[in-house]
Amino acid sequence: MNEINTTTKPSILSIEDLSIAYDIDKYAVRNVSAKIEKNAITAIMGPSGCGKTTLLRAINRMHELYPNISTKGQIKLYDENIYDMSTIKLRRKIGMVFQRPNPFPTLSIYENVIAGYKLNGIHMKRSERDEIVETSLRDVTLWDEVKNSLHKKGTFLSGGQQQRLCVARALAFKPDVILLDEPTSALDPVSTAKIEDLLVELKKQYTIVLVTHNMSQAARISDNSMFMYLGELIEYEDTKTIFTKPKDPRTEGYLTGKFG
Amino acid sequence: MNSDKILKYVLFIASLLILLIAGGMIYSLFRGAIPSFHQFGWKFLISSKWDPTQGREQYGALLFIAGTLFTSILALVIALPMAFSTSLFIGEYFRNTRMAAIVSTFVDLLAGIPSIIYGLWGFYVLRPFIVSIGLSPQGYGIFTSGLILAIMIIPYATSLSNTTIMMVPNELKEAAYSLGATRLEVIWNVILPNARSGITASYVLAFGRALGETLAVTMLIGNANIIPTGLFSTGNTMASVIANQFGEASGLQLSSLIEIGLLLFVITTIINAVGKFIIKKMA
Ligand SMILES: Nc1ncnc2c1ncn2[C@@H]1O[C@H](COP(=O)(O)OP(=O)(O)OP(=O)(O)O)[C@@H](O)[C@H]1O
Ligand SMILES: [Mg+2]
Repeated sequence: MNEINTTTKPSILSIEDLSIAYDIDKYAVRNVSAKIEKNAITAIMGPSGCGKTTLLRAINRMHELYPNISTKGQIKLYDENIYDMSTIKLRRKIGMVFQRPNPFPTLSIYENVIAGYKLNGIHMKRSERDEIVETSLRDVTLWDEVKNSLHKKGTFLSGGQQQRLCVARALAFKPDVILLDEPTSALDPVSTAKIEDLLVELKKQYTIVLVTHNMSQAARISDNSMFMYLGELIEYEDTKTIFTKPKDPRTEGYLTGKFG
Repeated sequence: MNSDKILKYVLFIASLLILLIAGGMIYSLFRGAIPSFHQFGWKFLISSKWDPTQGREQYGALLFIAGTLFTSILALVIALPMAFSTSLFIGEYFRNTRMAAIVSTFVDLLAGIPSIIYGLWGFYVLRPFIVSIGLSPQGYGIFTSGLILAIMIIPYATSLSNTTIMMVPNELKEAAYSLGATRLEVIWNVILPNARSGITASYVLAFGRALGETLAVTMLIGNANIIPTGLFSTGNTMASVIANQFGEASGLQLSSLIEIGLLLFVITTIINAVGKFIIKKMA
């Protein structure tokens, strides 16, 4: 078991000896333990298939959508085991942004932002809704670009704008944590830079866990970095340390481009 | 001539032949219906007299149009919830499971059964059953026909709606789940809105099929030339009256049957066009 404890700073999530298998004995995540720092960006890196997505999705239990999956160990949000919480409540506290922008094509920009409330059947006054939509869109710096077309379909936006809309949709519940799975891999450099700036800004209010293939992205914006390999958490340090003095030869090999 | 050219000509002639056949069919329907047009004009559509007695011959299509619409609408009403649940079962709830594969195979099986088999089953099983539970003395009529039609169109509606349900991108469902939606909320708010046109089209096309279905209905509707007065009333449909009478008909009666055929042709073409249009718009 690789008990890695990087930080003495306040943590919000505690992953404890987590193992996940898609099929019996085919482990995608093996005995991972880690504490996630609050109000920081934690990057998860590693070669394709090493279990980054699986680990990330375990944090808001999205991995349970796969039928035969089995999970061992636990994850605590503050002091509560997330596997004892209802997924509905959990996912409002831990939001998610996906690799490809996925706004709801039948909904307007406005409706997309408050889609979570609509889906959950939560009714609000018009003014409350307007307020949530505006703050969420401001938080993702999209407000000025779309404030005059709030009732147009979200799918008319550019890829980068759509992705920011998806971040806004995740923020609308004021979650504690936002999980992002390679959120910029489908975007151009300019849109990517905007998302990166946005994440740095957002960590003041939220805790961010980011899966990325892009090492320079991790180096630029993350505070802590995990390196995973074949389902195991090989190394977990603050980002500066992992990039300058990696302890494990596999981490070094990956970061210097020898494999991955 | 090289073989490429020959192939081109063969294909050209084959396609031309299709056009000629379709055109010829419409043409002969029109030609055959002319005497009836002349005699009854547009009143043909609103008259429900069908009297072939020599000397006071009179024909109108209304009762057949009514019978066709009643049975088909009833079939749609019965088929809709069944097809809807089955397509959700196959396309969402049990997607990619053995169970879904089995159900889906049976749906395809039902779609492939010739309508005479449905007619026989309806006649020897369904009709006596309806008599035995006391719904109707003979078991013939709108209800029995509608029921058998429903069973016949369920597979059509199901397989098209289930395809469109499966086409709803997984990313959208995941987006909804990640916002704390339950399965039911995902179905209601994500799958249905995104699959709506496909599902609608599947019902329109199924309805079109019910309108033209002949054999099974002819065996069960009772073939009474009256406007149906209720669910268990007997009646007649456009397709059935043609099937029943074309053999002995001649003159004005034949022309009137042909006009009914033309009407049926036009109605089903429109319905199919609407269905295809909805599908096109969706793509
Ligand atoms: N739905 C699934 N069913 C079965 N096995 C899966 C499934 N999804 C992923 N796996 C397997 O689990 C392992 C980890 O996959 P995961 O998607 O977590 O990797 P990843 O690090 O996110 O890869 P990538 O960088 O390519 O996105 C891989 O071996 C993969 O083949
Ligand atoms: Mg991945």
